[in-house]
Amino acid sequence: MAEPQRWWRHLLARRMVLVAAILLGLLLLLTLVGPWFLPDPMALKVSQRLKPPSWAYLAGTDELGHDMASRLVLGARYSLAIGASTAVLAVLAGTVLGLLAGFFRRLDGPLMRLVDAMMAFPDILLGIALVAILGASPVNVVLALSLVYTPRVARVVRACALVIRSLPYVEAARAVGVRSPRLLRVHVLPNLMSPILVQLSFVFAYALLAEAGLSFLGVGVGADVPTWGTMVAASTPYAERAVWMLFFPGLAIVLSAWSLQVLGDGVRDLLDPRLRGAP
Amino acid sequence: MSQDLRLLVQGLHTRLQHDGRETALVRGVDLRLHAGETLALVGESGSGKSLTALTLMRLLARDARWSWDGQVELVDADGQHHDLLRLPEAQIRRLRGHQMAMIFQEPMSCLNPVLTVGQQIAESVRLHLGLSPAAARQRALQALEEVEIAAARQRLDEYPHQLSGGMRQRVMIAMAMVCAPRVLIADEPTTALDVTIAAQILALMRRLQEANGMAVLFITHHLGVVAHYADRVSVMYAGRVVESADVPRLFAQPSHPYTRGLLECLPGRARQRALATGQAPVLLDIPGQAPSMQDLPEGCAFAPRCPQAHARCGAGEVPWQGAPEHRYRCWLNATEGLA
Repeated sequence: MAEPQRWWRHLLARRMVLVAAILLGLLLLLTLVGPWFLPDPMALKVSQRLKPPSWAYLAGTDELGHDMASRLVLGARYSLAIGASTAVLAVLAGTVLGLLAGFFRRLDGPLMRLVDAMMAFPDILLGIALVAILGASPVNVVLALSLVYTPRVARVVRACALVIRSLPYVEAARAVGVRSPRLLRVHVLPNLMSPILVQLSFVFAYALLAEAGLSFLGVGVGADVPTWGTMVAASTPYAERAVWMLFFPGLAIVLSAWSLQVLGDGVRDLLDPRLRGAP
Repeated sequence: MSQDLRLLVQGLHTRLQHDGRETALVRGVDLRLHAGETLALVGESGSGKSLTALTLMRLLARDARWSWDGQVELVDADGQHHDLLRLPEAQIRRLRGHQMAMIFQEPMSCLNPVLTVGQQIAESVRLHLGLSPAAARQRALQALEEVEIAAARQRLDEYPHQLSGGMRQRVMIAMAMVCAPRVLIADEPTTALDVTIAAQILALMRRLQEANGMAVLFITHHLGVVAHYADRVSVMYAGRVVESADVPRLFAQPSHPYTRGLLECLPGRARQRALATGQAPVLLDIPGQAPSMQDLPEGCAFAPRCPQAHARCGAGEVPWQGAPEHRYRCWLNATEGLA
């Protein structure tokens, strides 16, 4: 069966993954084409402040009369970009650290103690501390969250690398005369792709949540940048009068985090050649 | 027989550092392998057969736990001797997979699940012969055809999980053979396969060996396979070779009580005994267990299980007895003494 066809079948066979993929697809589409038909997210209409959802304002308006729907779409850009950058950075760094620690016994001790030390701090606390030091901006949030999640990825990758390095096919590759860098790249890394992909989607989802948390606490991207987190934070004084201000950004956070995790699992199954061809 | 020596092993010791004490797991193995010859290394689990092979290939982990000494020489096509135990890692890597190759026991787990069969076979050629990807692929295809896999061209792009056990073992053989090694070490290559497939694989290895004259070190615990397939046998017990002879001689007159015990354990022998005595066939075993390598008995390690042990067995190391073409480490039948 041709590859695209196989992927398509696989997606159709797993409803949840399909739902997650559609949700994320819609979200991406909205962030791309939303600005074409939604009102200007920065336009202030003080007369229209705190309006409930209607045909004119699909998700209502906030305390300054901004259109919530367009701000949600704008916030999606920031939230997704921060989540994705964090995921990519943390997974890259964590994979390198984990591979080195798992494969070269001499590096294992020092690297893993460093990782343990970093993991001793609660995620959000470490994030707060780092952003407080670096200053509140989207780039600094990405850097801080990458530092927070790198140790997690490193641990997972190291554990898997430890298993794989002792498998007979690695020994068989050595018996053929393969040297360590190539052994890592060609024989070990591809076998780690499924845990790495799962980590990628998990870190993406966690980072999305953590960014919202940091922004909510006021040590995130800065109050002037509209992310879902800052929108939830801004809604708190009005939550009783204008529940939509809390509801829609919250829903966006939950749905995208959920979709990312489900999709990560689905992609893992899809890429694992051992699970291929299974009905 | 001494023409065209391929591999010479003398006094090979392999030791493992564990819990602050050092245990010798291979204790002085001597082997000689000539072109076109198959030497079987036989022994029960834990006797040090596989460890001997791993030491020869220098595949033991490069850390403080393992140490080895002795003399291991690989003779290449130009007659040059390579000291395998002392060469630096970079040079060993050049020999591994090129001059000497290894086939492992489990064809299921010895192939990388995420690489195609073709990629895995081609890897060795690209590393050692520096061929282009296209030429390496061509060589891989040839290798697959040589191991008689049906629809070889199609198999080239398949993943290991799409193949049956027998086919995977053929792929393993193709991987090992693709650079035409001078010495092939086969570590129980048929143990994980069923009997008919095992016979096919052995016949295939025999044909390939006849075609290119490589020397094969065949590690097994299956004496039936040895009888059909090998030219010479070395029997290992507790890290040491206890008897060494060519196959007809060893089966005709096993001279070490351990070898005799092994042969008596074969189901075929049970049937013969039953026919001779007129009683129901009984499978025999060797009473007792293999000794712990951490405290081996003084003298002959087999003495505690040996039905013919006597006072002399416990006194010091047993020297080789018998003629060079059939040697054994046992005081029974010794030229002086009992015989």
